[in-house]
Amino acid sequence: MEVNEVFDKVKNLFVDELGIEAEKVTMEAKLEEDLDIDSLGIVEVVMAFEDEFEIEIDDEELTDVGTVGQAVNLLHSKL
Amino acid sequence: MKTVLVTGGSRGIGKAIAKNLGLTCNVAVGYSNSKEQADEVVDEIKTAGGNAIAVSIDVTDQNSVDECFETVEDVYSSVDILINNAGITKDNIFPRLKQEDWDSVIDTNLTGSFRASQRAIKGMMKNKWGRIIFISSVAGISGNTGQSNYAASKAGLIGLAKTISKELGSRNITSNVIAPGYIETDMTSFLTDEQKEDIIEQLSIKRVGKPEDIANMVSFLCSDESEYITGQVFPVDGGLTT
Repeated sequence: MEVNEVFDKVKNLFVDELGIEAEKVTMEAKLEEDLDIDSLGIVEVVMAFEDEFEIEIDDEELTDVGTVGQAVNLLHSKL
Repeated sequence: MKTVLVTGGSRGIGKAIAKNLGLTCNVAVGYSNSKEQADEVVDEIKTAGGNAIAVSIDVTDQNSVDECFETVEDVYSSVDILINNAGITKDNIFPRLKQEDWDSVIDTNLTGSFRASQRAIKGMMKNKWGRIIFISSVAGISGNTGQSNYAASKAGLIGLAKTISKELGSRNITSNVIAPGYIETDMTSFLTDEQKEDIIEQLSIKRVGKPEDIANMVSFLCSDESEYITGQVFPVDGGLTT
C-alpha cells in the first residue's frame, strides 16, 4: 500500500470514528493541538488502526507519534 | 434495543439479573458449567416476550471471553451493557488459606472481570455508550471471616470500577459497583438456620435478601435514568453496613 493510500484510510478513520472535520486532517496536523484529540482519543485511534489494518501497535511505537504524518508513516512501515 | 451480557447468568443473582433485564434488553446469558440452567433462563426470558441466548464464557480464559463476545456481537451486533457477576468462593480461615485458593478466587472474580470489561469497552468506545456493573459484595467493604481471598477480590473490583469510570466517563460509559449483603442463593445455601437468624439479627430489614433485590438495582443502573451516576458503590444489604 502506498503512503497516500494509508493517509486516505487514516483520514477516513479520523472523520468517521472521531468526528473530526476532514479539512483539518493533513499530514502536518498535530494530534493533540490541532485535532484536539485527548489521551483516550489516541487510544481510540490506535484501536481503530489495529482493526482497519489488522496489525498490532505497541505502546512504545507511539511515543514518537505526534502528528498525522508520523502516524501514517508508522502504519506504512508496518504493512 | 440494548444488549446485555451477564456473566454467571444461569444461577442465583445472575439469573435474576438476566430475567429482569430481559424485559428491556436483549440478553446474553453467560455460563461456564451450567448450560442446561442457562438454557432454562433463556426459555423463561423468551416466554416473558424477550430476546435471549445462552453463551459459554470462562472468565479465566481470554480466548473464551473473546469468543463469547464475538458470538453475542454476531447475534445482536454489540454488547452495550456488561454485568460482571461470575464469581466463586473458596473459603478458609486466613492462616490456613492455600495460595492456590487465593489465586483461583482472584483470577475468577477480579481478573475475570478485568478480561470481560476490557473486551467490552472496545465496542462501547466505538458506540460512545456503555454500562458496566460489577457485582461485588459487602465482604469487599467490611471483610468477612474466612473470606480473605473473596473479600480482596471484591474490594479490587471497586478500584477497577472507579478507575474505569474516570477514564471513560467522557465516552458516556458508566461503571458502578453493587455490593450485595446476604442473599439467598446457592452460594449462601450452606448457612444453617441458626446462622441465618444471627445474620438477620444484624440487619435493619429483618429478612435475608432475594436475588431480585439486586436485580432491581442493576436494572436501574443500566437504564437511561442513571446516566449521571458513575464510579459509585451501592450496598444492597438490608442495612447490614450502615
